[in-house]
Amino acid sequence: MSVGAPRGLASSGQKPITDIIHPLCAADEPLSPGPQVTVSTGRDKDNGMTNGTPVETSSPASASSLLNRLQLDDDLDGDASSETRDLFVTVDDPKKHVSTMETYITYRISTKTTRIEFDLPDYSVRRRYQDFDWLRIKLEDSQPTHLIPPLPEKFVMKGVVDRFSEEFVETRMKALDKFLKRVADHPVLSFNPHLNAFLTAKDLNKRQGLALLTKVGESVKYVAGGYKLRARPAEYTAMGEYLDSFSGKLGTMDRITQRILKEQSEYLTELREYGSVYSSWAAVEDELQRPLEGVASSVSTCCRAMEELSENTSQDFLPVLREYVLYIESMKNVMRKRDQCQAEYEGRLEAAVVRRQEERTPIPADVEKCQDKVECFNADLKADWERWQRNKRQDFKQLLTGMADKNISYYEKCQSAWESLITVLQEKQTEDKSILRQEEPFYQAPPVRY
Amino acid sequence: MMSADSGSCDDPLLSSEAENNLRNTMVEKVASLLKKLEMNVSEAEKRTGKNSVNMQETYTAYLIETRPADSGPDGGTPVPDMLWRRYSEFELLRTYLLVTYPFIIIPPLPEKRAEFVWHKLSADNLDPDFVERRRVGLENFLLRVASHPLLSNDNIFFLFLTDEKGWRDTVMETGFQDKVDSRLKSLSASFRVKNPDKRFTALKQSCDELHTVLSQLLRVRVRVADRLYGVYKVHGNYGRVFSEWSAIEKEMGDGLQSAGHHMDTYAASIDDILEEEEHYADQLKEYLYYTEAVRSVCRKHELLQYELEMVAQDLAYKKQQREELATGTVRVFSLKGMTTKLFGQESQEQREQRLSTLEQAIGECEELLKEKNQESQDFIQAAWKDIERFKEQKDRDLREALISYAIMQISMCKKGIQVWSNAKECFNKM
Repeated sequence: MSVGAPRGLASSGQKPITDIIHPLCAADEPLSPGPQVTVSTGRDKDNGMTNGTPVETSSPASASSLLNRLQLDDDLDGDASSETRDLFVTVDDPKKHVSTMETYITYRISTKTTRIEFDLPDYSVRRRYQDFDWLRIKLEDSQPTHLIPPLPEKFVMKGVVDRFSEEFVETRMKALDKFLKRVADHPVLSFNPHLNAFLTAKDLNKRQGLALLTKVGESVKYVAGGYKLRARPAEYTAMGEYLDSFSGKLGTMDRITQRILKEQSEYLTELREYGSVYSSWAAVEDELQRPLEGVASSVSTCCRAMEELSENTSQDFLPVLREYVLYIESMKNVMRKRDQCQAEYEGRLEAAVVRRQEERTPIPADVEKCQDKVECFNADLKADWERWQRNKRQDFKQLLTGMADKNISYYEKCQSAWESLITVLQEKQTEDKSILRQEEPFYQAPPVRY
Repeated sequence: MMSADSGSCDDPLLSSEAENNLRNTMVEKVASLLKKLEMNVSEAEKRTGKNSVNMQETYTAYLIETRPADSGPDGGTPVPDMLWRRYSEFELLRTYLLVTYPFIIIPPLPEKRAEFVWHKLSADNLDPDFVERRRVGLENFLLRVASHPLLSNDNIFFLFLTDEKGWRDTVMETGFQDKVDSRLKSLSASFRVKNPDKRFTALKQSCDELHTVLSQLLRVRVRVADRLYGVYKVHGNYGRVFSEWSAIEKEMGDGLQSAGHHMDTYAASIDDILEEEEHYADQLKEYLYYTEAVRSVCRKHELLQYELEMVAQDLAYKKQQREELATGTVRVFSLKGMTTKLFGQESQEQREQRLSTLEQAIGECEELLKEKNQESQDFIQAAWKDIERFKEQKDRDLREALISYAIMQISMCKKGIQVWSNAKECFNKM
């Protein structure tokens, strides 16, 4: 956060957001009071399900194992911020709830912290997707100058994807975990009282949030009203271009990956049949029966390895690509808001300049305020951009290295299957050779050399 | 067990060792032509010439090199003899062997046209890769014939290797074509043997099974190869997108760019892998075609059995006639019975004469039956010996082929691991 933020703004992140009047918050409209907070202890098993009851009973993860996992995450991130990190959140343990009205999934959110804003060092609550959605809207609303990480897509095509399938829930849980970690690692967002409420409150009172949503929608509409930017700084144009181009690359990678999955699944179909032909060949041979069965079993080992590889691609690789597409959208959204902010300032300034020429009045205070807003926005955006770039680099390094690892492990499994087959084939052959020596030898086709 | 260090998979150490062992035993014990003469098909050449009906045609000629295995009397390295043969001459040689040695499983020739090939390989007869694989196949055929205890001593075969110009006429002069049993083709479906030899029936059946399973295997293998090709080639697109993406990145750029190169390498590596695998397919194909040679021996045996049964049937009929004539009884209603009734009894003299003719015919028939029996016995004995030999050869060859296939797969895996490890290193630098 080296960018000089005016007025000692929130960027430092040390003061709770409620103490600061953000330039973008209309002065006469104080920040909406946080949802009603009732603290629940981490050991409260039946934590605040308003409707529906958990199908299974949960046992809270032991604190030490949670901490271990969190520390492992730190190592992976390898970020400078990890040294000073004092808020750890994890999303896990999805549970299906069935009530008369609806069926839904909740996830356990475990928090560990040393921050004084929290009354207890650790919390454990259960939240459903809607609650995450509420949090995100709240964050977007109260921190309009910041990049809010994306949530996984809300709408799922019914019938195409089973919302309650294990894979879907697992993938969504990972994405929600990522979302919450990104928020918790953010120097400003992590101090947002809505996050605090989300992590600690027994019941989330979401009505206010929904009311605010409509208000935000209106204000966005108002600002969008046809200003044209006079001079948008070149760096933002470059950022926009980068985002467009990066999003294009991600789209291409997504398509390639899906194509590979398709090819792999067709390959798998053929390979399975290939293996079964060896089995049926083994059935009609005497001497060759065991070698051929060996080949069939090696082939089926390769099939399993390939299944694993494909599964990993579709459950771990593709979701990350898609998250980044959404992340880019979030970033573009912030940039649009910045442009609107600048446009508003330029519009007012222009009007003021005209008025001054006519009436010789000084530039009114509200125009200056507007200018401050733009500067704040720029500072926040730049800081978020830097952070986003760092995260992106880290995430993709991890993602691609992981892809390489999975492929290496696939080949290693296949290799060991074939190597063990050779051992079998050769043992048998040495036996045979000793018998054969006494019989009439014959010409053998030379093995083909490569 | 393969050693884990690099490169060992490229050298089929295991199989070459096994091969040497076999070669040694072979040289010691087989009194075949190979002992005296080394041979190989060293080269293939595209030629244009005129055929029998004076039409311009393009064909491939193969260079056969032979040299005495022992050094000559002067102790120096013997000079190889060289001559050119085309595929149709190999075919002629094989047809000759087939007719002359009906009880031997004659080694098959490599395919005339490319069969069971995956889509990227050309099916063109003059395609260099195809010609090369056929060269290997033809050499294999020669070596198989030359190492066969019986076939290797055939004079026509020897002349095939040594007499480029006169060979064709010599083959024709043997008149082998007259001996071609047309019934083998035309009758095979229509005649039924009453007492088939169970061993041959079983052999024929297992041969059919092998044929079915091998052709199925070869077909599926092609599809597997096609799909694997797809999987690798689509990875090549990562290469492109990484390289484009690297252009808009700062710190990550270099790592991405070089990782992209590795993806290109990965995509390209499949060509060599599948080309290697084609040799394995060729080894299987040889045995697919071998099944036809085994069936031909079975058919020949069936035909002999059929002839034997016909003679036996004829003899039985004649004996029945003789009995009727001798006792004067007609068991069944017959034309003869009718004529007897219509025209009266034949004279004693006539009967005696007919009886003696019949006796003579029966004698000849018995002689023929004995002959046929002997012929059949001889055939079965010779054929079974060769069948046993073939079975062992088959089991050994196919096991060898499976080993080399497994080695190929290992080599492919090692390549894959190598490429992805390189790519990983690049990703790590990002």
